[in-house]
Amino acid sequence: MNLRATLRLAIQALVRNKARSLLTMLGIVIGVAAVIVTVAIGAGARVSVQQSIASLGSNLIVVQPGSVTQGGVRTGFGGASSLTPQDGLAIAQLPGVAAVSPIVSVRSQVVAGGNNWQTQITGVAPTYTFIKAWALASGRFLSESDVASIAKVAVLGQTVVTQLFPGGESPIGKTVIIKGSPFTVIGTMTVLGQSGMGQDQDDVVLVPYSSAMERLTGLTTVNLLMISAATAAQVNPVQSEVVSLLARRHRITPPQPYDFQVRNLQAFAQAASSTGTVMELLLAGVAAVSLLVGGIGIMNIMMVSVTERTREIGLRMAVGARARSILNQFLTESIVLSTIGGLIGVVVGVLGTILVALLAKWPTLIPPGWIFASVGFSAMVGIFFGYYPAQKAAHLSPIEALRFE
Amino acid sequence: MGGVVEVRNLRKIYPMGDDEVVALGGVDLSIERGEFIAVMGPSGSGKSTFMQIVGMLDRATSGSYSFEGRDVAALTDDERADIRSRRLGFVFQSYNLLPRTSALENVELPMVYAGVPEARRLDIALEKMDIVGIKSLADHMPNQMSGGQQQRIAIARSLVNDPALILADEPTGALDTKTSRDVMRIFSDLNATRDITIMLVTHEPDIAAFAKRIVTFRDGHILSDVPNVKRAA
Ligand SMILES: Nc1ncnc2c1ncn2[C@@H]1O[C@H](COP(=O)(O)OP(=O)(O)O)[C@@H](O)[C@H]1O
Ligand SMILES: [Mg+2]
Repeated sequence: MNLRATLRLAIQALVRNKARSLLTMLGIVIGVAAVIVTVAIGAGARVSVQQSIASLGSNLIVVQPGSVTQGGVRTGFGGASSLTPQDGLAIAQLPGVAAVSPIVSVRSQVVAGGNNWQTQITGVAPTYTFIKAWALASGRFLSESDVASIAKVAVLGQTVVTQLFPGGESPIGKTVIIKGSPFTVIGTMTVLGQSGMGQDQDDVVLVPYSSAMERLTGLTTVNLLMISAATAAQVNPVQSEVVSLLARRHRITPPQPYDFQVRNLQAFAQAASSTGTVMELLLAGVAAVSLLVGGIGIMNIMMVSVTERTREIGLRMAVGARARSILNQFLTESIVLSTIGGLIGVVVGVLGTILVALLAKWPTLIPPGWIFASVGFSAMVGIFFGYYPAQKAAHLSPIEALRFE
Repeated sequence: MGGVVEVRNLRKIYPMGDDEVVALGGVDLSIERGEFIAVMGPSGSGKSTFMQIVGMLDRATSGSYSFEGRDVAALTDDERADIRSRRLGFVFQSYNLLPRTSALENVELPMVYAGVPEARRLDIALEKMDIVGIKSLADHMPNQMSGGQQQRIAIARSLVNDPALILADEPTGALDTKTSRDVMRIFSDLNATRDITIMLVTHEPDIAAFAKRIVTFRDGHILSDVPNVKRAA
């Protein structure tokens, strides 16, 4: 018998026992659906962790002043203010550096018309939007000439816009008072949302770092230097370049401790991503066990089916079926059952994933590979668990099968 | 007239725990092409056992059996399956039709295993169903048919591969008298007009009366083997 005829026979037999076929498939359907949903949740979680790290900037290198441990006294970050905008300019010349921005932070009251709002004032360079991958919503961003001229201009985050301009009028061209100095609003930023730490990143006023230093802090040093490496691969080389450059500029010679700290987020990104992968595999393992249980269900029902259809098997043998044809028929039935079960499981799993995404608002992602893998695995479950019952059917003696009550 | 079945000193012994049952205790029989034999005898005399061995559904314990000149004992299971497929037809007391399967598909079944191309199966099946007078029931399910109709389906099924020999074990055992006679007339007809060799088991003399030759079994032996002089019609 050829494959087509065998397939036809198997499908006929399954269609004739619709209820039992559906029940048999149920185990596989649930197993595959479980695989798809758990993998989708796992992969979704991993991707969202990766994305939130990427939004921080996985190419990001941060230089902080201080944290000098000397004579047992740890001064803590920012304890030694040593970083200057000139350090930043020097770093910008290093190969592999895409952008550098000094960061100057002050908390202050901001007043516009009758409204005032306590917020974060951040002095930055024009490169800041690039480093943060943060887009402008309206107006223009700070320019090099704003920095050079120590201009009293400001770009507002959306939270500040809503607090200071609740009427919905455009803030562009309006004046806001920061620590007594009037700043002209030249632009607004798009919504960035909460940071990984739960901070409102839109609750900020961006001003030229030179203006922040001159008019707000009165210091010649900055709080941070943010550096963006051109590629992820360049993060580590750039980081060591930065360390030796700053050591030279700050005239530090070993064993003298550095008066700055250079850190990047890549190690963290990798750790988070591998944790995600482990979780995903664990979930998939649990789901695979349920698939296996589905396979045992198939074997169980196929055994029952072989017993129930013993007379049918005897009749088929009487009219000329070889043992091989009987084996193929039952094996094919099992494979068809498990494969269709797998396909239905994929559909149920995808729908379940969509439901999870809609109701629980969890990030989900269905890797296409898993769809093929789970259908393929179902078919293999069908072969593996179908073989024994099929073998049993094929080895019946025709007369004993016919006589079976 | 060539020999279809040649059986010599055929024995079948069933083990029963420590004991054994001698179902056939040395049977000799020859069946020629075109014969119509009724096998009679009391219950337990070995009729079914004999049919099953001749039909290659079971193997003899000892003795020789040649079918169309081939030594059956030497055949593999697959070769026996192929002979059942192409040279033998079976009709059972309980019809043995596949449930939830149309009459037509039931009739086509042996051709599926014989590898007859799909296009030809339909023609052959309908032709054989026409011979036994049930062509109109082609798309009926077995449970929508009377016993007589089901048995005709089974007869049509036994005919599709143009067998050398049809074996029928109490084919009228489950049918009423009138239907039994109708079914027997079909066998008679097939034997007379199509020269099909038939061996059927029965313990009813009215049924055996349709055959040309009557073989009577008792306790695993042939008691008598005589031509039927007063054939029914
Ligand atoms: N599978 C079997 N196992 C054991 N004994 C059997 C089996 N089949 C038949 N027999 C015995 O063999 C003898 C002949 O049985 P059988 O051929 O069925 O007789 P009949 O068809 O003439 O009624 C009986 O004694 C029966 O009990
Ligand atoms: Mg019997």
